[in-house]
Amino acid sequence: MISTLVFAAAENAEEEELNPLIPHLAEIVIGLVFFAILLLLIWKVVAPLFEKAYAERTAAIEGGIEEAQAAQKEAKAALEQYTAQLAGARHEAAAIREEAKEQGAQIIAELRAQAQAEAERITTTAHAQVEAERAQVLAQLKGEVGSMATALAGRIVGEVLDDSAAQKRTVERFIAELEESAN
Amino acid sequence: MTLASIAFGAVTGPPSPGPSDFDLPGIAGSAVTKPMVLVALSVVIIVALFYAMARPAAVVPGRMQFAGELVYGFVRNGIARENIGSHDFQKYVPFLFSLFLFVLVNNFYGIIPVIQFPTMSHIGYPLAIAVLSWLVYNGAGIAKKGFLGYLKHETVPAGMKGPILLLLVPLEFLSNILLRPVTLTLRLFATMFAGHLLVILFALGGEYLLLHSDPVLNKVAGVFSVVLAIGISFLEILIMFLQAYVFTLLTSMYISEAIADEH
Repeated sequence: MISTLVFAAAENAEEEELNPLIPHLAEIVIGLVFFAILLLLIWKVVAPLFEKAYAERTAAIEGGIEEAQAAQKEAKAALEQYTAQLAGARHEAAAIREEAKEQGAQIIAELRAQAQAEAERITTTAHAQVEAERAQVLAQLKGEVGSMATALAGRIVGEVLDDSAAQKRTVERFIAELEESAN
Repeated sequence: MTLASIAFGAVTGPPSPGPSDFDLPGIAGSAVTKPMVLVALSVVIIVALFYAMARPAAVVPGRMQFAGELVYGFVRNGIARENIGSHDFQKYVPFLFSLFLFVLVNNFYGIIPVIQFPTMSHIGYPLAIAVLSWLVYNGAGIAKKGFLGYLKHETVPAGMKGPILLLLVPLEFLSNILLRPVTLTLRLFATMFAGHLLVILFALGGEYLLLHSDPVLNKVAGVFSVVLAIGISFLEILIMFLQAYVFTLLTSMYISEAIADEH
């Protein structure tokens, strides 16, 4: 059936001298002209618009990446700065602590020295007082011992030694001898 | 076209689809035929549609722009950049894009109701764009290598020496320079012509068997024929796209070969 149809078609073609392989000049020209118009419009109008969108998109993406990189750099710089600051602060704290320790030691040493000096002063004062008191007592005793001894000796001798100057001299000499022997 | 055939077939017996179905009379007695109008219409359709899709040129595309970019990107990146290489492809993109859309729309006419005629089944139209392709790829090669340099590049296979060249050079010249526009034309024309003829055959045959013949068996065959006509129409959609793709792909490959540094 189909073969007869095709055969009939071929016959038909021969009869009408139709050969689809022979191009019409008008069609070639029209095809060229309209394609040229299409090409011109696509080339000058449509394609540039698409390319523009592409370029802008690329730029936007690249811009975004650059922005992110800049932000990252900034963050890194800030971090470095903070780290540096922190290290500085730590260093400073350590220095302050060290200084405080030194100062403390110094204060203690000073206080100790002060206390020692005070103690020494007190001791010295006490010594001096004691010495003074001893000297006073000694002087007093000297007088009293002299008079007592004189009185005693007067009683024993039975005479009053009135010549006080001579008497005093004798007593003093006696005491000095005593002291010498004691020393 | 088909209306005339139906009327003709109904009167004198079974329809006999053939080349005569493609020979349409001029509209209203003029020299302007249907394919001429369709070609003009295709330019209007393509430019209007893609201008509307491309016009926003937004960084974040809307639906229309996205669809347009899908097609543009398919030709630009999938065909042009893939074959020609990222260095030179840019200047051929408008040509390849126009070529793809021109063939695609004119092919798709074949399955759009009412229009139902693939322009490319008239050999003059594929021949016109094949000649343009030929001019473009040869022009690109000559512009890059000079006339003789390009001829040598296309006809002398790399690494070949001696008498074998007497055989190879004419062969290469024939296949690379002379036959390419012919094969481009015939491939596109023949698939569109044959596809449309097949659809006509099964549609008219089905109609004749169902309505104009009496035996019951013919009615069954008629139903089968109509179903086949529909099936073939769907196959045609695929072929129409494929032919547009192949035509553009081959052109980009010819350009790539013409401007390539090594054979």
